[in-house]
Amino acid sequence: MENKFSMQIDAKLSNESFIRTTVANFALPLNPTVSEVNDIKTAISEAITNSIVHGYQNKGGTIFLLCEIKEDTLYVEIKDNGVGIKDIAKAREPFFTTKKDEERSGMGFTLMETFMDSLDVKNNAEGGLTVKLSKRIVG
Amino acid sequence: MEIKYVTKNNALIAKLYGDLDEYSAEYVRMSLDKILSDMSFVGGASLILDFSHVTFMDSTGIGVLIGRYKKYEKKQVEIKISSPPAQVDRIMKMAGIYRLMPLV
Repeated sequence: MENKFSMQIDAKLSNESFIRTTVANFALPLNPTVSEVNDIKTAISEAITNSIVHGYQNKGGTIFLLCEIKEDTLYVEIKDNGVGIKDIAKAREPFFTTKKDEERSGMGFTLMETFMDSLDVKNNAEGGLTVKLSKRIVG
Repeated sequence: MEIKYVTKNNALIAKLYGDLDEYSAEYVRMSLDKILSDMSFVGGASLILDFSHVTFMDSTGIGVLIGRYKKYEKKQVEIKISSPPAQVDRIMKMAGIYRLMPLV
């Protein structure tokens, strides 16, 4: 099957639950298991938190979300116009954080990588960050 | 997220209800820090975090837990974890949380 939706939404912490639940619900026609639904929710939550807290430094902005289903795979693109990431390779290392004083675990990208099949992180030419995730739903 | 506290024997049980994410993290931090300063924990006391009603947790929760571990350790109060759902348990294991806060 093929399906897609996109939305732009304020980079507010109060929107986190809505965004992760919406993406997980979008994948429901693929009949994911409870575990797969949780994987999607967790990965999306990590990416959105990164946009709000790191990208926009908690000062607000807009998150652009694009979700697509192609055959049995969910593709998600999360884009922001925030500060981007200076050293993406370093940021993807487990337990790495630039905000040690704020009780950050530094596990965000590790969880995205673990719970999804693919993770691609790129700084945008015009500024900000794009995170692309995909997961094949086995069911 | 909501936290309800009950005492049992020499332990204080904090029952967490709802999602533990970046949005609710500050409330959880403040609530658990306040109870630490309000309660007079006697020697060998412990705090049990009951996760049975937690509907979601991401890595923000791990940061919150490690932060509380450091504060409670200073007052010699042990934190234990109880009844984490499968999704939460998986993240706890990945972060090695049970080495700091045993599962009961």
